[in-house]
Amino acid sequence: MEVRSQIAMVFHLDKCIGCHTCSIACKNIWTDRKGTEYMWWNNVETKPGTGFPTQWENQDKYSGGWTRTEGGDLRLKSTDKARVVTNIFHHPHQPSMDDYYEPWTYDYQHLFNAPEGQDQPTAIPISMVTGKYLDIKAGPNWDDDLGGSTVYAENDPNLEGLTDEQKGQLSAIERLVFFYFPRICNHCLNPSCVAACPSGALYKRGEDGIVLLDQTRCRGWRSCIAACPYKKVYYNWSTGKSEKCILCFPRLETGQAPACFHSCVGRIRYLGVLLYDASRIEEAAKSNLEDLVEAQRSLILDPNDPAVIAAARESGVHESVIESAQKSPVYQFVKVWKMALPPHIEYRTMPMLFYVPPMAPVMAQRTGGTGDRGGTVDGVSDDLFHDIEQARVPMKFLANLFGAGNEGPVRYALRKQKAVRWYRRMLTVGDVDAATAERMLREADCTPEEADAIYRLTSLCTFDDRFVIPPAHREEAIEMLEDPMEHKQGAGFGFIARPKRGE
Amino acid sequence: MSSTALDLLLFAILPYVALVVFLLGTVGRYWNRPFSYSSYSSQFLENRFHFWALVPFHYGILTVLAGHIVAFLVPRGILLWNGQPLRLYILEASALAAGLLTLVGLVAITVRRLGEPKVKIVTSRMDWTVYTLLMLQVVTGVLVAILHPWGSSWFAAAATPYLLSLLTFNPAFSFLTAMPFLVKLHIVNAFVLIGVFPFSRLVHILVVPNPYLWRRPQVVRWYRRPSRQPI
Repeated sequence: MEVRSQIAMVFHLDKCIGCHTCSIACKNIWTDRKGTEYMWWNNVETKPGTGFPTQWENQDKYSGGWTRTEGGDLRLKSTDKARVVTNIFHHPHQPSMDDYYEPWTYDYQHLFNAPEGQDQPTAIPISMVTGKYLDIKAGPNWDDDLGGSTVYAENDPNLEGLTDEQKGQLSAIERLVFFYFPRICNHCLNPSCVAACPSGALYKRGEDGIVLLDQTRCRGWRSCIAACPYKKVYYNWSTGKSEKCILCFPRLETGQAPACFHSCVGRIRYLGVLLYDASRIEEAAKSNLEDLVEAQRSLILDPNDPAVIAAARESGVHESVIESAQKSPVYQFVKVWKMALPPHIEYRTMPMLFYVPPMAPVMAQRTGGTGDRGGTVDGVSDDLFHDIEQARVPMKFLANLFGAGNEGPVRYALRKQKAVRWYRRMLTVGDVDAATAERMLREADCTPEEADAIYRLTSLCTFDDRFVIPPAHREEAIEMLEDPMEHKQGAGFGFIARPKRGE
Repeated sequence: MSSTALDLLLFAILPYVALVVFLLGTVGRYWNRPFSYSSYSSQFLENRFHFWALVPFHYGILTVLAGHIVAFLVPRGILLWNGQPLRLYILEASALAAGLLTLVGLVAITVRRLGEPKVKIVTSRMDWTVYTLLMLQVVTGVLVAILHPWGSSWFAAAATPYLLSLLTFNPAFSFLTAMPFLVKLHIVNAFVLIGVFPFSRLVHILVVPNPYLWRRPQVVRWYRRPSRQPI
């Protein structure tokens, strides 16, 4: 057993209100420089929708992630060692700026300088690449809240396997439904970006598992961009280097939550340490499609198990990190309660960002969804979870996102969420009788104690409950006295020369 | 300036100046500004034309360069091969084809750089210098191949001993004095390109990803390596 620690994350989708505050916090700190304007290290997508870059989940187009060969080996879909030579002059699976959008600003001076005329002058959009006037065709979150859903939502790759009736219902007026899907780099255990980098510039930090890109070793071959199935590595077209989410490691090392976590209005984000068995990553990543979720979970070790603690000490995990792992909210959600699931585990990168699938709205198809609510709140049938099966978000859609197409893990997570809700309703409102609530808990593989804990960590969680950040013991390495404003629009920490485009 | 003095300057002094600049420049840049070593790809800004420009250019120029190197390393082998006219024709025709492929690619690159507004924006003055020098180099090379044929044979007889004399610090530029103007221009321009190399995007040739072929898929870096070796 080779125990390593990983800073892992949980996003509770049931709480996300889609306000994009996380995206703005990130943008203001990290991607407000030339060449990075189009990058959204953190973005919030509407599901169903095509996301950012458009159709990123369509791996027939982008060839991201790993595939399992017939012999059972893992192979990168986009590049491998043999193909790197033929792909290096022109990478066939590369997204271009058209797949994202051309960043723009506005010619505000036109408001003042426009010649006198019959109409009000407008601020005309200007491209931030060429400086010329631009006819805007698309932008980030162009399909926010189902905007243009006949173009975007209906082409969501996750609709595969849904019946026509379900697809129709998703876009039918008065019955349509959407939820938000905030995304950052997953800091995977088996990152395909790292495996694809011809220069060895991408690496995983041994101490906390953050995946970083060494800017001085990056040569701009862009294999990482094609290889990342989540499209969370971006190419800086100005400096000729790739960049990605750094999980705000300068903040983490000083005990602060990453900016997107810190600023989250819905408090949907949790961050904590997971101890895992690094010697079994490859074996788990090679599992059958239906076993992948459980295989990834099996990598995560119980930080309270004396054998694990001993092995962790032997592997060089710091005592304070072990303590931090024992208090980790992520461990609770992912391993103990099994409520948080990895996104698109079928890409086999073993993502370390987990999502609690969204419950609401649980309006059943049965009620027609038009206002006849009879039977959804107090209608207790023999099958207590029937309205999860008939929810407006089809189970299959969530399963395509969070279960590699298998409904089992998603159903388990949703049943537990629902049981906790009914249990709390029994305690607070009192219109559910105790026997029903307890039966629901039992059928959802939950106990009253566990339900209380889930409730507390979901609804009453404080800052310290949500973010359990291990001491990095690199405090001395940070220049604490430097003025942070000096770094505004800089290229980040550690640069000696201004990162101007080379000759 | 007498023609001998000019030959001395261009074929005995310039090569060494270019080589020293190349060595100091590339090492110094790698040492001082490692961040600036990149391929500066513009595929992200324009994806379709890119294929038809970059692929022919790179395959063409790599073939041509390989030809020059082989002719320098095994002149005898080339002469033996060329002993039969048919084999000579095949070699010359392939070399010319590779040269033309390079030229087509380079023209396409230039057109793309000028015609695509987004790509034009990321093209620096040094990029244009490099493209001009490369264009001169490829055009003279192709013209030499057409106007002064059987270069594969006379390269072995004249250029190889000259380059060898450069390497042994005993430059014998007399091999070149009788050469046609186009050939001389091709050689001088090559030295200029070598001198410009460290200050241009050409440095990406030096950082082609060779370790990738041997390394393990995953890379882990530690600040404090744990007592036990990580797997």
